[in-house]
Amino acid sequence: MSIFILVIQLIFIPAFSPLCVGIIRKIKAKLQNRQGANIFQPYRDIWKLLHKDEVLSRDASWIFRFTPYIVFAVTLVVGMSIPLFVPHVFGFMTSDILFIVYTLAIGTFFMALAGMDTGSAFGGFGSSREMTISALAEGGFIFSLLTMALIVGSSNLFDITSFTRSINSQYFLPMILAFCGFFIVLLAETTRFPFDNPATHLELTMIHEAMILEYSGKRLALMEWAASNKLLIFIALGANLSFPFGFPMNVGFVAIALGIFYFLMKMFLFCVIIAVLESSIAKFRFFRLPDLLLISFIFNVVAIGLIYSIK
Amino acid sequence: MLEIIASPISFFILLSLFFVGAIGSLFFYKNNNQANAWSSFFVISGSLVGLVFSIVNILTKNSLLFGLKTSFFSFFTISFHIDLLSSFFVFVISLLALFCSIYGIGYVRHYYKKYNIGVLGFFYNLFIGSLILVVTSSNGILFLIFWEIMSISSYFLVVYDNHDDDNVKAGLLYLVMTYIGTSFIILAFLLLYKYIGSFDFLVIKDNIALIPASIKNIVFVSAFIGFGLKAGIIPLHIWLPVAHPAAPSHVSALMSGIMIKSGIYMMIRLFLDILQPVPFWWGLMVLVVGSISALLGVLYALTEHDIKRLLAYHSIENIGIILLGLGSALTFYSLNLPALALLGLIAALFHTLNHAIFKALLFLSAGSVINEVHTRNMEEYGGLIKYMPQTALFFLIGSVAISALPPFNGFFSEWLTYQALFQGIAQMSFVTQWIFILATGSLVFTGGLALACFVKAFGVTFLARPRSKKVTCAKESALSMRLGMGGLALLTLLFGVFSGYIISIINTVSQSLGIFKNSSSAINISSSQSMSVSNGFSSISGPLIFVLFVVTIFLVVFIFKKIINRKQKECTTNTWDCGTNFTPRAEITATGFSRSIILIFKGLLKPTIQHNIEYYDDQNRYLPKSRTVTLNIGNVYHTYLYQPLHIVINKLSVKAKTIQNGNIDLYISYILVALMLALLVIL
Repeated sequence: MSIFILVIQLIFIPAFSPLCVGIIRKIKAKLQNRQGANIFQPYRDIWKLLHKDEVLSRDASWIFRFTPYIVFAVTLVVGMSIPLFVPHVFGFMTSDILFIVYTLAIGTFFMALAGMDTGSAFGGFGSSREMTISALAEGGFIFSLLTMALIVGSSNLFDITSFTRSINSQYFLPMILAFCGFFIVLLAETTRFPFDNPATHLELTMIHEAMILEYSGKRLALMEWAASNKLLIFIALGANLSFPFGFPMNVGFVAIALGIFYFLMKMFLFCVIIAVLESSIAKFRFFRLPDLLLISFIFNVVAIGLIYSIK
Repeated sequence: MLEIIASPISFFILLSLFFVGAIGSLFFYKNNNQANAWSSFFVISGSLVGLVFSIVNILTKNSLLFGLKTSFFSFFTISFHIDLLSSFFVFVISLLALFCSIYGIGYVRHYYKKYNIGVLGFFYNLFIGSLILVVTSSNGILFLIFWEIMSISSYFLVVYDNHDDDNVKAGLLYLVMTYIGTSFIILAFLLLYKYIGSFDFLVIKDNIALIPASIKNIVFVSAFIGFGLKAGIIPLHIWLPVAHPAAPSHVSALMSGIMIKSGIYMMIRLFLDILQPVPFWWGLMVLVVGSISALLGVLYALTEHDIKRLLAYHSIENIGIILLGLGSALTFYSLNLPALALLGLIAALFHTLNHAIFKALLFLSAGSVINEVHTRNMEEYGGLIKYMPQTALFFLIGSVAISALPPFNGFFSEWLTYQALFQGIAQMSFVTQWIFILATGSLVFTGGLALACFVKAFGVTFLARPRSKKVTCAKESALSMRLGMGGLALLTLLFGVFSGYIISIINTVSQSLGIFKNSSSAINISSSQSMSVSNGFSSISGPLIFVLFVVTIFLVVFIFKKIINRKQKECTTNTWDCGTNFTPRAEITATGFSRSIILIFKGLLKPTIQHNIEYYDDQNRYLPKSRTVTLNIGNVYHTYLYQPLHIVINKLSVKAKTIQNGNIDLYISYILVALMLALLVIL
């Protein structure tokens, strides 16, 4: 049974993440009065790219060639270490909040290096911007998870999820603050509005797209797929840590099936929120982004203060 | 056999090896090759003896106390006390000295015919020997003698490359700052002597109750300034980013890796061992200083484009992180929470060890690059990964480790430091809690910024196309240099994967301190190398993480390369150039990379920008001939701390001139008056 669960955990994130992107794109299209592509289009894109020939830059080193595999593997490792729809059944030693944060940072680190590797001006600036934002987002990211960990008394994500299910309402305010802080980080780390526009290749503003500009073929597919994995990982963290409704308490086929159903519903809800947000606000100027990230950090500092004034 | 290894005899063998190495290389000053071979042989064998000696001592929990009984003065005895803490530092010193010296065999060759290798060997041996003596001596005066030998020998190593005026200037600043630090240390020891009547550390420790609280606070402040200056805490750090880059690279590695830790060693020795019990605010002060040093250190590192200065600033950052562990240990212990205090101390010691390893690795690989490209300016590098692939890999491993990415060692010690701070947030009362929250915030942002800084350092140095002609002549470095770097690179991985085992050893080292005799730490290490902290608040497993990464990456590569995408071709062409003539000038520079972060933190960094335009015709300024833009970072410490101090001292000296008018008769009358006053006071 535990092998079975491990395999589901490993496959689940990459299996559903393109769907997540498809849904967001579809809703955005509808809001813009367009028909929009089928929600399964991202799967077709990935499949198509995987079977194409590749063009590599002459200046690129093994860092550029190897990075897509690392970035994708990192999202798999994180994906199988976070609570999705299976309760804490075996002693996951990799579900620590700091491990999750720093493992995701491995992906960012190598992606930024790959951006610089081809020697194109776009890649370099993309890396610089990405590292600026991710350095500042780390404060909000770790602190929002820490706030939950301090409420629960454990920094294991599975413990946090199963505890917050039965939480009493006194911690409502710090939880909400932590979630708001986390949501800002979610937008920043998954390159969404108002931080970055995932649908554009405009030289002046692109961040994530600039770094992966030189990729093609299977490596591009892996990079795109890893980016959507990361989106789903953040959605899963936000959904299960702050709103663990329907998260199964025991292991059984019915409980897990129900858990998957609830999880997909929550995922859909998050996609709707992100899509509506993207359709209703404009991208921020780059030097206004630190303010937003600082707000996320301050939300969490206030939340931690609140926890102890309640206790 | 073990008794012989763990006895004073082998300690003296170890010292005599360095001594023979030092004196012998002076005899060979005429022949570069022989001097190099002689000094390297003795340093390497000395470090091997040191490694065996310290490992046996730690594993058998053996503590040595010995010395010469004969003494001419009551206050000065030649006595050594090698407890587990000292053995631990001897271990770190020997480990680094071993790899840096292996590296040095090949590295010093480029000094042949330019400088005297015998002199280098002399000071190098002396430096490492004095480092070991500093962490083992047990008498204040003896300690100060070795401390001075350490400082002076490192001074001569800093100014070794004396054809460059900057290095000589750097050496002078280093010397002056070192003496300021030493004077504070002497003050601390004298105060202890005044109340206890002995310079012997063990005697002081036994009679510490004799010292009034206010004096103890003064001792703390002056010791913290004195040793903190050597450790490079902000704002006493100004010598560090100047002096470390000036030295030969394997010496920079030792200075950044271990010499600045001698300050940390003495802080642990004094605050957690000798001066117990300590008041509550000491720990908080260490925490605050640690947070400031960590955050500002990494911010200054981001502004640098001199690769060795960048690394030197990262040493300041990591000293800050070590101080966060030490500060929380002090705070917890003064509040009678020994289990958590042990956690903090273990975090500090583990980070000391880890930082020594990866910082040495980074300095050594930077040294190989400088050796080939002959400049420290990162803007002239680029594309070195194709010319020096192995050096690039070693630098990459060092960067990953220092950015605290799993599964390398930096992650695990920062993880422990985080845990100590988390427990501080969870268990402290109001004001202390907020200091812990801010310290955690500083550590979080430090981590993020360090990641950005090492993307910059690695990317600008090794990736993209060469930015100058010099790069294209670069070759992979010599075998011994690669061996030195490779050994350290392997250690960063091993100490990460087997962090559980290392931590359990450091645990015994920390528990051997008197104050932790009967307490167990908040870390639990299971048989499968996984650790859990504070009754399961957090847990992590080094081997599991490593296996998980390796298996997943292998799986991903296998599936996508061998199954899905088998027949497709990969063709190589130019980078997309937008139809222009593509030159390396299109690449991002080190300055450009960090510019946005600098602008975001402009309140702290005070960046300046200066435009200079030269016109063809000064009267009607239509056609500019050349434009230059100078970007700079304001030197806050110079303007607001050292400059005013300098002015005050200058004014005082001018005032003193009025009584120093050069008249001999007057001076004799001063002596007479002073003598009478002294007599009056004594009678």
